[in-house]
Amino acid sequence: MHMPIRKIPEKSLRIQWYRLKPQGAFMLMMLPGLVFYFIYLYLPIGAALLVSIKDYGVKSGIFNSPIASPWYKHFKFFVQSPYFWPLLRNTMLISMAKMLLGIPLAVALAILLNECRVNKLKRAVQTLTYMPHFLSWVVIYGMCFVLFSETNGLINDWLRSLTGSTVPFLTNPSVFRNLIIGSDLWKSTGWSAIIYLAAISGIDPQLYEAAYIDGASRAKTIWHITLPSITNVIVLTLILRCGTILNAGFDQVYVMYNEGVYSTVDIIDTWVFRTGFENFNLSLSSAVGLFKSVISFIMIVTVNQLSRHWGESLW
Amino acid sequence: MVTYSKNRIYNFSVNTILVLIGLICFFPMLYVVSVSLTPYEEYLRQGGIVLFPTQFTFEAYRQFWKEPYIMQCFNNTVFITVFGTMCNIFVTILMAYALSRKNLIFGKFFTFYCLTPLLITGGVVPTYLIVRNTGLLNSLSALIIPTLVSPYILLITRTFFANIDASLYESARIDGAGEFRILFFIILPVSLPIIATIGLMYGVAHWNQYFASLMYISDSAKRTLQVVLREMLNRASSMESDVVVPTRTLQMAGVVVSAVPIILVYPFLQKHFTQGIMLGAIKG
Repeated sequence: MHMPIRKIPEKSLRIQWYRLKPQGAFMLMMLPGLVFYFIYLYLPIGAALLVSIKDYGVKSGIFNSPIASPWYKHFKFFVQSPYFWPLLRNTMLISMAKMLLGIPLAVALAILLNECRVNKLKRAVQTLTYMPHFLSWVVIYGMCFVLFSETNGLINDWLRSLTGSTVPFLTNPSVFRNLIIGSDLWKSTGWSAIIYLAAISGIDPQLYEAAYIDGASRAKTIWHITLPSITNVIVLTLILRCGTILNAGFDQVYVMYNEGVYSTVDIIDTWVFRTGFENFNLSLSSAVGLFKSVISFIMIVTVNQLSRHWGESLW
Repeated sequence: MVTYSKNRIYNFSVNTILVLIGLICFFPMLYVVSVSLTPYEEYLRQGGIVLFPTQFTFEAYRQFWKEPYIMQCFNNTVFITVFGTMCNIFVTILMAYALSRKNLIFGKFFTFYCLTPLLITGGVVPTYLIVRNTGLLNSLSALIIPTLVSPYILLITRTFFANIDASLYESARIDGAGEFRILFFIILPVSLPIIATIGLMYGVAHWNQYFASLMYISDSAKRTLQVVLREMLNRASSMESDVVVPTRTLQMAGVVVSAVPIILVYPFLQKHFTQGIMLGAIKG
């Protein structure tokens, strides 16, 4: 007997009630987060737009302060000010150095850990290299004192007994910049190696076996198997870092620097912070912050477009 | 796995480099602890070189706890770390779960809404103005509420939930469980790695936070440990110009007290953690 097959209706315009049923629960779940997002992540963007085109006065507040004339006064002031190029240069230099040294070091650490056949040593080194990640910059600043101070720091004591002279790590501008870069590498290399270790652990062991049978040395397998297999991850992290190139590490620099070394380590973010909270020029500070945020945004989007050519995308 | 057991020189050099790297990481921390345990006279006599203290004293620690308001500041830090992290986890997980469901209406809009702040932020001054206008200034809630959800951590958590086998969810739906019940009794028990991961990320950020406390708190008794420590270190930097101030050993005791509690948390979470960060980080 012929059974009529009921046609399953295609997507219709009728409301699909079964889809709506859990929505109330979803909205309830998201409510606290959405409210938080609106107040503390979106309102500041709006406030930045307003304050940076106004002459903000504490008494009149965000809405009643008069519009600056011309409205782009603060942006113009910053770009034409003598701080602009030194700040940009310091920011780029520190940021690039951290990136270009940090990524190879992290990759090298991951490869070394992967090559280690003594499990206890591997785990110990892994734990030790993660540890600095948990220290705050204030704590690391304290460590720098006791290690690098010119009068009674440990390193300078050694230098004095070895070479007879000392290095003013904390007060000489160009040496201090290296200290900033070096301490960042010390803090973050172990942590950034995690992602490369994860990528390496995903490599098919058969590749290594085949190479072994073919007579490749272990050093050669690093070059011909390990590195090519994690290239995509390296490129991805490189792209990510390029998008945030204007973040040279505000927390670190602000905690560690002093007036004597402004010439080499004062970066956009620290200048913004000082302008806002030490000189109380809130409008100028907001304008520069916004300027930086917009440039960063454009860079991330551009870099992501470029990375699609590599077959990697962030979203 | 290939063993290459004969390759002694290779193994030896790999291990040596690793030991060196380990020492570079470990040595500064060890040295700080050593200095903090050395009697100050001994420290001066040795000209600052006390790799391994020959005499131990807890004098510096005793002195550290006598700093004004230190006990309140320590308690504040513990409070915002424990309570703040619990709030962070709670709100992030609820939100990430809803965002990870494919049947969420306007899902695209909500995802866009939640990820845009990753790309564009208001900056420190406008955020400060909002915090001030919402009346949080000079209260501990200023250190918890304005950082309730980190967009980056939300993204990781959402990715984790989205990768959980859909059949787990479907079967619970068919049994008639509501969304809250599914989240708390089905999804959360298999989500320990991600909870440990984000808990650690939020916890470390709270314990180490310095700027929020610097900007929003003016009351000495409401400061956090990092601010106290930074102030103590800088008070002492004028030591080079002969002002009587906290000694190096006292400073280092402060460093140890501000660093050790958060480091101690890590080993307990390590097992889940490495798993969690890998799950989240690959396509962060």
